[in-house]
Amino acid sequence: MRHLLSISDLSKAEALQILNTAEELARVSDGPMKKLPTLRGRTIVNLFAEDSTRTRISFEAAAKRLSADVINFSAKGSSVSKGESLKDTAQTLQAMGADAVIIRHSASGAAQRLADSQWMTGSVVNAGDGTHEHPSQALLDAFTIRRHLAHGGDDLTGLHIAIVGDVLHSRVARSNVLLLTKLGAQVTLVAPPTLLPVGVESWPVKVSYDFDSIIESVDAVMMLRIQLERMTELFFPNAREYSRYFGLNKDRLKKMKPTAIVMHPGPMNRGLEITADSADSARSVILEQVTNGVSVRMAILYLLLAGSQEIGASE
Amino acid sequence: MSLALPAPDMARAITRISHEILERNSGSDSITLLGIPTRGAHLAARIAAKIEEIEGKPIQSGTLDITLHRDDLRMRPPRALMPTTIPSLGVEDRNVILVDDVLFSGRTIRAALDALGEIGRPKTVQLAVLVDRGHRQLPIKADYVGKNLPTSPTQIIKVQFTELDGVDAVSLEEGGK
Repeated sequence: MRHLLSISDLSKAEALQILNTAEELARVSDGPMKKLPTLRGRTIVNLFAEDSTRTRISFEAAAKRLSADVINFSAKGSSVSKGESLKDTAQTLQAMGADAVIIRHSASGAAQRLADSQWMTGSVVNAGDGTHEHPSQALLDAFTIRRHLAHGGDDLTGLHIAIVGDVLHSRVARSNVLLLTKLGAQVTLVAPPTLLPVGVESWPVKVSYDFDSIIESVDAVMMLRIQLERMTELFFPNAREYSRYFGLNKDRLKKMKPTAIVMHPGPMNRGLEITADSADSARSVILEQVTNGVSVRMAILYLLLAGSQEIGASE
Repeated sequence: MSLALPAPDMARAITRISHEILERNSGSDSITLLGIPTRGAHLAARIAAKIEEIEGKPIQSGTLDITLHRDDLRMRPPRALMPTTIPSLGVEDRNVILVDDVLFSGRTIRAALDALGEIGRPKTVQLAVLVDRGHRQLPIKADYVGKNLPTSPTQIIKVQFTELDGVDAVSLEEGGK
């Protein structure tokens, strides 16, 4: 594994290797000494051409716990806002000796472009590209689900997970559908028809327009953020109607299985897709997702950067 | 391939190491065994069971994964991480005995000392190995040795445990270089 661009590039075994590595690294994070010398001397660049709070600081925390040097680079306040191209930015980073670039970009496929180009030799990690994919988020979601619901099992076989809301604009939903089904879970997408992508019938999922009809049978609900910044037209009549049909509220929370969990990739629109009492309820694992994010990203960086890329080096 | 230590000899070596550990530390109360995965952890479990049999009471025993502290990570594909389990009393002020199957370059033990330093400050750190095959690259010496086995650097020592391989044995293979 040289880059992490898309969940579809990962085999099930590779996905499980990341989750199992994260499990061991989580134990280190729980211990008294959080810092490990593993990536000492490596330089990791956070190239964020789109706003982010938790993904950027999560990758930064992960890199620092493994002793890598981190350079933060955001579009605002850099030459990107002067119109510098991705190519020139990448070549600049290469010239500075970046071992890995973690890229978030509003264009779908930006990470792939960077990895396929000869502009730089380091590893590329996709931290969200447009409405395409957000693989590290899906991995930390799968990790969180596995910790709560897999009962010591390796994968997610037999679990039913609902992904609810703005699937159309959600890279988190795309990556999660690929990963959760790869790990054996059954996924149901719940959204108004206007917020489902074209071609969703070919995805390995069920689709429902009625949240209440499935709420009692799911093991986890993953609420998606209504992405107002990507909405160029009207997708639903008004926010109150959306909340009533597709929001998670106290009544729906009561109908869930006793063991079921509530997830949200953040940032939340409290009062729109999720009410405050649902987000803060005992079922909510939203903050745990953030904590697990650091362990999962440590695992990704470890597996991409710690070893050599030559296969079969001898003992 | 030649058999260097058949099962009965291996059992005798483990028994002797157990007695030596008890003698040097005046009993089992102050000691904590930490096996280095994979095979060091199995060896530590064997030694722990033997000591418990001799002393008639449970002892502190766990595992210590050193992968994240290795100095050769860049030279090979990424390794899977193994579990680290530190027993209830921790390592602080204990006589910690690191346990590994084969002592060769000494680099694993250097990494283990680093990993141990992150967890706490033991009173002493001692080292028990089943086989010392020489060719040290660092100033590291074992306190308890099952068998000293002179080798050439290209030979391969294969340690087998019933739990993993269905048989207890240490054998010496000619390495193909």
